[in-house]
Amino acid sequence: MIRWLLLAFGGALLGGIVHLATIIMLPRTATQDAYSRLAPGAPVNTVAAVPAPTPESAPMPFMDPAFASAVCRYDLSQGPLKLSVPVSLAYTSVSFYTRYDVAYYAINDRAAGRRVIELDLMTADQHNQMPEDEEITAADRLIVESPTLTGLIAIRALAPEPGLMSMAQSAIAAAKCVRAEDPKPAR
Amino acid sequence: MRLLLGSLFALVVAAIVGLGATYLALTRGAAFGPLTIGSWTAWPKTGTADADPYARASIARIGRLPTALGDGVAFTASTDDRGRLLDGRCDVVLAGITPAARFWTVTLYNPDGELVANSVNRFGFTSQEIVRHADGGFEIVVTPRANPGNWLPTGGVERYVLVLRLYDTAVGVSTKAGREVPMPAVTIRSCP
Repeated sequence: MIRWLLLAFGGALLGGIVHLATIIMLPRTATQDAYSRLAPGAPVNTVAAVPAPTPESAPMPFMDPAFASAVCRYDLSQGPLKLSVPVSLAYTSVSFYTRYDVAYYAINDRAAGRRVIELDLMTADQHNQMPEDEEITAADRLIVESPTLTGLIAIRALAPEPGLMSMAQSAIAAAKCVRAEDPKPAR
Repeated sequence: MRLLLGSLFALVVAAIVGLGATYLALTRGAAFGPLTIGSWTAWPKTGTADADPYARASIARIGRLPTALGDGVAFTASTDDRGRLLDGRCDVVLAGITPAARFWTVTLYNPDGELVANSVNRFGFTSQEIVRHADGGFEIVVTPRANPGNWLPTGGVERYVLVLRLYDTAVGVSTKAGREVPMPAVTIRSCP
């Protein structure tokens, strides 16, 4: 009897390890996560509009229907990325996600304080390799460090009323996400 | 033989306990640091790089993009203030005010996160669309039947969840439930 109780106890301990291992492994094995769902319609390093959710079909669950949205699926292995998003009349936000859909940074139009949200996205290594004077000339640009080489940028504009949806969509449509050119020689 | 049976038994127990706990954690939406106000719950930390492994696993399983904390906070309610599950055949009233935010939206989803079809194609409200009382408070009636005022149709589904998203708000990881974060009360008014 005691033998079986001990075995059950040992099994439960092992079960705890199984539980933690599966929780930690899950994001890496999920095939229907947001990144995988969006990837077919989103070419790398290009802004692609995300269709608005409807009861029949939605690119991913729990999307806010009051927003026009677009994503830029990025890959920084070829170099940093430049992102520019014109702000719409109501509310515009840019959120950065890693390959495993963890939000690591977000900025909205008010925090950006301009009519265009301009950002440079790069990895920590690329940021360190930037020449120092380059950093001074680029001081008025916001630099975001991505913890991973690939990921998603979600660009979203609010349509406060359904009639303003086309306005929000056109603001999003003008967003650009392009690979930064090779650094210019220092002047 | 006894050793084989014994280790087999221990392994079966391990599989049941481990996978069962994982399944429960993911279906119940467990994550650390929930912020609960009335029937509304948000996980502000899930929208940051510090998201815990449970939040990451749940995000991957559902397949959504979490609301980043620099963008806003999403509160979810699946019950009324007395803990009864929201039923799409009942009249449910959302009444009160929201914490300070530049914009907010309230949206009705089925438990899988899909919008619910209805005759007027209304899936939610934004803070600008809402009709308010003189004191700034508002009342949204969530019911399958057409209703004057702020009517959010349920389409008659059995279960649904309400998601209230605050955009550009001070509500965040350090927020404690209290007077500075007033959330609308959720009340089931009548059930047929």
